[in-house]
Amino acid sequence: MIQDTVTEEQLLRKPRFVLILFALTCIAFFIIDPSQSAAGHFLAPVIGDPAESGFYGRFVTSFTLALLFVLNLISISLLPEFRYQVIVVWIELLILFLTFFYSFNLSFEFIQSKIWFMITQGIFTTLYVSAISIAIAFVIAIIGAVAKLSSNGFAFAIASFYTSFFRGLPLLMQVYLIYLGFPQLGFVIDAVPAGIIALSLCYGAYMTEIFRAGIMSIDEGQWEGSRALGFKFGLTMRKIILPQSIPLIIPPTGNQFIAMLKDSSLVSVIGVWELMFLARTLGNKTFNHMEMLITAAMLYWMMTMVLEYIQSRIERKYRKKQKR
Amino acid sequence: MTDKEQNSAGPIISIQGVNKFFGEFQALGDITLDVNIGERIVICGPSGSGKSTLIRCINRLEAHQSGTIHVDGVELHQHMRDIDKVRSEVGMVFQNFNLFPHMTILENCTAGPMWVNKVSAEEAHEIGMKYLNRVKIPEQADKYPTQLSGGQQQRVAIARALCMNPKVMLFDEPTSALDPEMVAEVLDTMIDLANSGMTMICVTHEMGFAKQVADRVIFMDEGKIVEAAEPIQFFENPQSERTRKFLSQVLVH
Repeated sequence: MIQDTVTEEQLLRKPRFVLILFALTCIAFFIIDPSQSAAGHFLAPVIGDPAESGFYGRFVTSFTLALLFVLNLISISLLPEFRYQVIVVWIELLILFLTFFYSFNLSFEFIQSKIWFMITQGIFTTLYVSAISIAIAFVIAIIGAVAKLSSNGFAFAIASFYTSFFRGLPLLMQVYLIYLGFPQLGFVIDAVPAGIIALSLCYGAYMTEIFRAGIMSIDEGQWEGSRALGFKFGLTMRKIILPQSIPLIIPPTGNQFIAMLKDSSLVSVIGVWELMFLARTLGNKTFNHMEMLITAAMLYWMMTMVLEYIQSRIERKYRKKQKR
Repeated sequence: MTDKEQNSAGPIISIQGVNKFFGEFQALGDITLDVNIGERIVICGPSGSGKSTLIRCINRLEAHQSGTIHVDGVELHQHMRDIDKVRSEVGMVFQNFNLFPHMTILENCTAGPMWVNKVSAEEAHEIGMKYLNRVKIPEQADKYPTQLSGGQQQRVAIARALCMNPKVMLFDEPTSALDPEMVAEVLDTMIDLANSGMTMICVTHEMGFAKQVADRVIFMDEGKIVEAAEPIQFFENPQSERTRKFLSQVLVH
């Protein structure tokens, strides 16, 4: 997307818009009634005891919060640069988030005592299960995409049945089916391999479609140029088409990996000691559920942020290469 | 020139009564054409006249529905086993070059000899450089196609086809996608090639080129060969009304 070089007049510079916005936020706050929350406590000098302030307290807190909100918007819009605006909004949202967690009265000692184990056991398992699964899914996807594009009816049938089936069932159900179903056939399968198989089959199916689209986006002229030189189908695919589609495929694959990192939490149901499993079980004994869930949530988020950063670097690298 | 002596008995390409349809539309109607070794043929005609389709049938990028096409004695049909061999003996140059953008210029040239003709990497390198020299861009060998101008890319495409040591070269409107100032360099390369004795079939609108190098000019319209003649006769004294009309439109500028 390209930004226009001419900026339109900002809505926040129009008094009528600001007034309407203020009125609407005021009404919204009034409906959810913030007077009994921390905001009400804060305004106790004005409204007296929040619990007994009634309609008056409700109105004053809503009015104050709406005023703060609108003033905040205006002050952010006055910041000179896009970058500063982003930073300020991020910090504000983070503070809001932290106050939200803080209001749970979490036991930080408990978190401290468990977090190392969550990282060494939980994050480690989550990462290696996801990494192995995405690697297998990558291979499945290449084979699946080629099969789906081939003129061989058998190959196409297998590939289309596979993608239809594994995209059609919930991942959680696939995890159960593989873990509980394989023993019926006589293979007893451990939880970790079962989880890896379920994740790679499911993501392989989604990625087959990504790969197919990547392969199809290569210009027909490449096929003809290759064919005219006497290259056979397999050679053309391996040496001409795939090397050109991989750069198109890598960014969405990174996206799939990030999604898988979180979907790998589903294999906790069969007892794989990954992050989600630990989050559910570690706090059980002492009823510190919230502590563990929030810690795990933060850890997932941090992992994702790191991966997003890596993905943006990879994308930039490929974009440079294409400009070459 | 040993090939020339060996096969001098018959035509290298023999097309007999070929018909081709795209659905209901008849793209080629009863085409008969023999091309001898060393012969240079220019095919022209209005767009949609089937001239590109015809040369794409010669290395079977397109399938014909009836009639026969023989290339160097091998008949082209759906169940043939050695189409890749035929294709490696018939070089093709496309309107849009179709170079492989992820490979360097030299790699584009060496891929065919190495992967199809199974020559060693050193030998392929030698062949590649030889033909890049011949199209006069050896200094671009390590660049990538998109770093070159259109004219340079088309010359690389010609070199890439020559690296397979083809017996016939097919040109499918090789200058149509080029900026005007680059047409000359590509035509010069093609004239060089023609002068070296290569058998060539060129679909092109470059009438100057046709006058200069063609042994025969073929005019096609609506999927049929309307007129085939030596250039002097073709341009000075065209027999058919349609040819005259076409020429008056092309040569007016």
